[in-house]
Amino acid sequence: MTELALPDDRSLPPRSPDGPSAPIGRARLPLRELFGVAFQGLRTRKLRAALSALGIAIGIGAMVAVVGVSSSAQANLIAEIDSLGTNLLTVSPGTDFLGNSAVLAPSSVPMIKHMLHVQSAAPIYQLTNASVYRSPYVPTEQTGGIGVDAASDNLPAVVGTTLSSGHFLGAVAQRYPEVVLGAQAAATLQITQVSGHVMLYIGNQWFVVVGILNPVKLDSSLDSVAFISLPMAEKVFQTLPEPTEIYVRSTQNDVTQVANLLPATANPQDPSGVSVDRPSDVLEARAAAKGQFTTLLLGLGAVALLVGAIGIANIMVISVLERRGEIGLRRALGATRRHISLQFLAESALLAAIGGIFGLAIGAGATEVYAAAKNEPFVVPLYALIAAPTAGFIIGALAGLYPAAKAARLSPTEALRA
Amino acid sequence: MSVELSQVTKEYPGGVTALRGVSVAIAAGDQVAVVGPSGSGKTTMLTILGTLERPSTGLVRVAGHDTVQASDGELAGLRAHQIGFVFQAFHLQESMTAVDNVATGMLYTGMPLRQRRELARAALERVGLGHRLDFRPRQLSGGERQRVAIARALAKRPAIILADEPTGNLDSKSGAGVLSVLHELGSDGSTLVLITHDSGIAAEFPRRLHMRDGEIVEDERA
Repeated sequence: MTELALPDDRSLPPRSPDGPSAPIGRARLPLRELFGVAFQGLRTRKLRAALSALGIAIGIGAMVAVVGVSSSAQANLIAEIDSLGTNLLTVSPGTDFLGNSAVLAPSSVPMIKHMLHVQSAAPIYQLTNASVYRSPYVPTEQTGGIGVDAASDNLPAVVGTTLSSGHFLGAVAQRYPEVVLGAQAAATLQITQVSGHVMLYIGNQWFVVVGILNPVKLDSSLDSVAFISLPMAEKVFQTLPEPTEIYVRSTQNDVTQVANLLPATANPQDPSGVSVDRPSDVLEARAAAKGQFTTLLLGLGAVALLVGAIGIANIMVISVLERRGEIGLRRALGATRRHISLQFLAESALLAAIGGIFGLAIGAGATEVYAAAKNEPFVVPLYALIAAPTAGFIIGALAGLYPAAKAARLSPTEALRA
Repeated sequence: MSVELSQVTKEYPGGVTALRGVSVAIAAGDQVAVVGPSGSGKTTMLTILGTLERPSTGLVRVAGHDTVQASDGELAGLRAHQIGFVFQAFHLQESMTAVDNVATGMLYTGMPLRQRRELARAALERVGLGHRLDFRPRQLSGGERQRVAIARALAKRPAIILADEPTGNLDSKSGAGVLSVLHELGSDGSTLVLITHDSGIAAEFPRRLHMRDGEIVEDERA
C-alpha cells in the first residue's frame, strides 16, 4: 500500500464552501431510510426479533381467531337463513287507529293468494280457550303451554319445515279428528312418533296424532302448537275463527313490494290495522348479535398482547444498552437525538407489526381448523387484514417509547470509548 | 475548514477534569497529530472538535459556527455534512457489505441511497478496496476494515476528518497502509486531526500537539 489510484473528482459532490458564513446543512433521515435502518436492525438479530414478535403474534392470533370463529358461525347461521328463504312474510292483525286490537277477515286469505308475486299463503287460526291433554283426567289448568291452531294443509311447505314423523293434515283431517304436533309440543307431551294411534283430548274430543313437525326455524312460536284442520275446529268449537297469522311466500325479488301491498290487500278498509313482518330479518339480527365477540376470549387475547408488548419493551431496552457503540457511531455520522429515538421506535413498531402479520396467519389458521371441524364456512373479516398489522404497529410503537427515549439520551461519545 | 478552541475546559460529573483551558487553532487543510499519554484529554478534545460534546467553558468554532450555542440539530447537521470520524474500533455493521457500510456514512445527509452507494464505491476505490465492495466486515482483514471505515468517513467529502487511534487495533504493516491512506487525503485539502500515542506515527505529521493532564504542552511544527 504505497501508491493509491485517485479517481477523478467528477463522481464526488462539490466541497462545501468554507468560511464563517457557510451554512450548516441539515441532518436528515427520510422516512423510507428510517424503516430501512429499522429493518436492518431487526435482520441483524433475527432470533431475538422472532422471539419477541411471537408474544404479539400470539395475542393478535387469539383475537383474530375469536373474531374469525364468531364470524364463521355467524356466516353459517346466515347461510342457513338463506336456505330457509328470506321471502317469507307474516301478516297478522295489528291495532287499529283507536288502539284496539284489529282482526283479519277470513276473506283476506283468498285475497292475498291472488296477489301478483305471491307464490303461496297459509293461514293459521288460533283457537283461544282450546288446550291439549293426554286424557280427560288431566286437570284443565295443566295445559303444558300448548296452544291449538287451525291450519291449512300447506302450512309446512310455506313456513319451510318438514315432518319428523307421519304426515300433515290432509283430506282425511278435514272430516275426522286428526292432530299434528309442533316439535316442542310433541316433546312436552312426550310423543316421539305417531305409530300406535296416540290419542289426545282436545275440546271434549279425542284426536289422533298423525304427524309431528320438525322445528320451524323462521317462526319458533309454531313449535309449541297442536294443529287441527279448520273444518274440524269449526265443528268441535262451534265458531268461525278469524286468521291470526297468514304466512306468505312471495317471489324472491318482490318481497318488499309484496310487503308494502299486503296491508291494503288483507284489510282494504283499514290497512293500518294490519302488521306485516319478515321473520328472516329477526333471525338475521339475532345472528348478528350472536356474532358479537366473545368478550372473555378477546380479553385473554388482550392480556397476551400486553405481555407481548412488555416483552418487546424489555428486549428493546436490552438492545439499546448493547448497541451503545452503534448509537454513538450514528450520532457521529450526523444523527440527531430524534433520529436515534425514531430508529428504535420504528424498530419496535416494525417488529410488532410483523408479529401482527404472523398473528393474523395464526388466527386465520385456527379459524380454518375450527370451521372445517364444524363444517362451517371459513370467514375472517376483511378489516382484520388491516387491523392486525396496524394494531401490532401501534402496540410496538407504544412499547418502544421508553427504550427509544433511553437511546436518545445516551452519550454520543460512546463510539470513541472503544 | 478551520477549527478553533479557545480556553476550553471540560469537566465530567464526579469532578473529573479532562481539559483545563485548551486553546488551539487548526487551519483548513492542516494535518495535525495529537500525541500524549492515556488520560491526557486527547479523546475529549476530539469529541469537542467533532461537536459530539460541548465544553464546560470556553469557545469552540467549527467552520465559523459557534458550536457551544448551536442546537442539537445544527450540530448533527454539521457532523452529517462536514465531519468524518474514524474510530479505533472501526464500528462497521457486520450485516452490511463494505459498500453499504460506507453508504451508511452519508445516511443522515438525506442523500438518496443510489447516490450514496455510488459515492461509496468511489471512496472504496480510493482507499484501494475496489475489489472488496461486496465483502462483509468479517471477511476483511483488520487493515481492510479500517480502510472501509476511512472510506465511510471520507465518502461525503467532509471538510475535517477526526481519527482516534485509527491504527491502535492493527499490526504495524496494516497500520502503515491505513496511515498512507489518511495522508493521501491531505493532498485534496481535507483537514485531518489524528490522535495517537505512537510518536513514530506522529513524526510523519507536519504539526504535532503534545497533550498532558488536559493541557496542550507543546505545539510543534515541522
